[in-house]
Amino acid sequence: MSTLASTHAAPLLRDSFIELPARERARSLLDPGTFSELLGPFDRIESPWLPLQGVVCQADDGCVIARGTIDGEPAVIAAIESAFQGGSIGEVSGSKIAAALELALRDCERGKIVRPVVLFETGGVRLQEANLGLAVIAEMQAAIVALRRYVPVVGVIAGMVGCFGGMSLAAALCSYLVVTKQGRLGMNGPEVIEQEAGIEELDASDRRRVWQLIGGEQRAATALADSLVDDDAEAVRAAVRSAFALGVPAAHRSEQVDVFLQRLARIDPASVTPESMREVYSTKQNDNQPRKEQA
Amino acid sequence: MSDTQLSRGARWFHALAGDSRSAAPVWSGDAPLGDETARFITVVPDPANRFPRATDNVVGLEQGWQLARAVRETIAADAASSTRRPIVAIVDVKSQAYGYREEMLGIHLACAAAVDAYASARDAGHPVIALIVGPAMSGAFLAHGYQANRIVALDAPGTMVHAMGKEAAARVTRRTVEALDALGETIVPMSYSMASFAKLGLLDQLIEGIDADAPDGAQIRRVQQVLCEQISSARTGSRNLSRRLESAAAQKNRAASIEVRRRLAEQWDAV
Repeated sequence: MSTLASTHAAPLLRDSFIELPARERARSLLDPGTFSELLGPFDRIESPWLPLQGVVCQADDGCVIARGTIDGEPAVIAAIESAFQGGSIGEVSGSKIAAALELALRDCERGKIVRPVVLFETGGVRLQEANLGLAVIAEMQAAIVALRRYVPVVGVIAGMVGCFGGMSLAAALCSYLVVTKQGRLGMNGPEVIEQEAGIEELDASDRRRVWQLIGGEQRAATALADSLVDDDAEAVRAAVRSAFALGVPAAHRSEQVDVFLQRLARIDPASVTPESMREVYSTKQNDNQPRKEQA
Repeated sequence: MSDTQLSRGARWFHALAGDSRSAAPVWSGDAPLGDETARFITVVPDPANRFPRATDNVVGLEQGWQLARAVRETIAADAASSTRRPIVAIVDVKSQAYGYREEMLGIHLACAAAVDAYASARDAGHPVIALIVGPAMSGAFLAHGYQANRIVALDAPGTMVHAMGKEAAARVTRRTVEALDALGETIVPMSYSMASFAKLGLLDQLIEGIDADAPDGAQIRRVQQVLCEQISSARTGSRNLSRRLESAAAQKNRAASIEVRRRLAEQWDAV
């Protein structure tokens, strides 16, 4: 997929995607008038664990599940709301995503394709629900691996929270990842690395360095994400639609074991920089692999 | 490395599978188990690893991709056969590797590749069993063990499952380690103990009476017997993870996970 972000500040009227709350993000990606929320706030399925620790719940547990259509095809969107507990994954919010993917899988197995999109905006496991957060992420990952044999699973990392922890693995399992310059993708957040490995390993306050390591632009330039778009709701929607139009990839990124072991072997850990990594990871020379038709 | 310095994962690999076919940091090899052959895989310390943040028994870039390779070569070996050999993940992983090189070079993808391989093996009909002999922490456990059909653990000091190391979790949640332990007694998912993990319906068997650091022959045979039972159970069960929500423990402590699925299914079909 191509890089769709403009190289200059475009003086165009556009609607920021990043500024939208999760519900409106989901609505903006679906065909107009087709948005329908499942397990919404009025269903009031809240975290059973937060009140025990004196934390106020939110009626949707920070996760919106929406059905609708994308390019006329049935779709489901799971959108994480970063404004609640940093988008962290608890038993309920994570189970909503896992269950939505499992139901899409069930429909696909019956021959009815449902296009799944996950809007990642999360620091990972919600520590107040620790082991259940981890458990539901494992269930979500199982569902993505099974589902993407039938239909591309498309992930979006728009920012500003980014996508971290176990959820970064879920994002890496997606068939296609759409990112903005403001989106970050990494397993351990910079603060965690500084805390675990010391400031000489990484100074989390050095923002420029952090963006160079894990920012959306670098992820797209090193083919760890598929398309880089502007912070524009229409641009994100177009990128998601193009991803589905491509169909299921011949080999998902996480299946390309030999390719990545070879790339890793070409890296010198002592001298590698974000810039030198681009030469090894960029797929520009050898891309255009054949794609399977969409099931 | 002398025998006294062996990590638990290495010790149990030797006990169950003999010598590894591959070098550190990922050991992999086939060995008899019951009346068939099983693939055993573990992550071991690798003091000479070229990535300085990944020399311990942690899951870093090479560990993630090599786990994926070990699992995928097992899938490929049985692709034409009607029997799919069991895969036993011996779990003794302290954490994922924390380093700037790891983030830059995509440790999230390396770990996802291992998740993908184990999930694909399970979906292809390989009985995948996680045998927890040490810590099973966070992203490292997601990559190595959490996609298994069945999860069993030694009931021994040092075996634990959690989303974050205790000291780090205490810092992040602004609690003392003691307060965190106390919280774990009332809030089941916060606990580090294997008994609490079992209460969530996620553990298929806690194997008692085993010396995790120096098992004798009878104890090793006991663990092999448990593995055989779990393999046989996995072969007759579903290939997905739905079983995790079916136990009496899950009905009690994962009621919200079950309720979300039930009500979402109702509304899904009504759309």
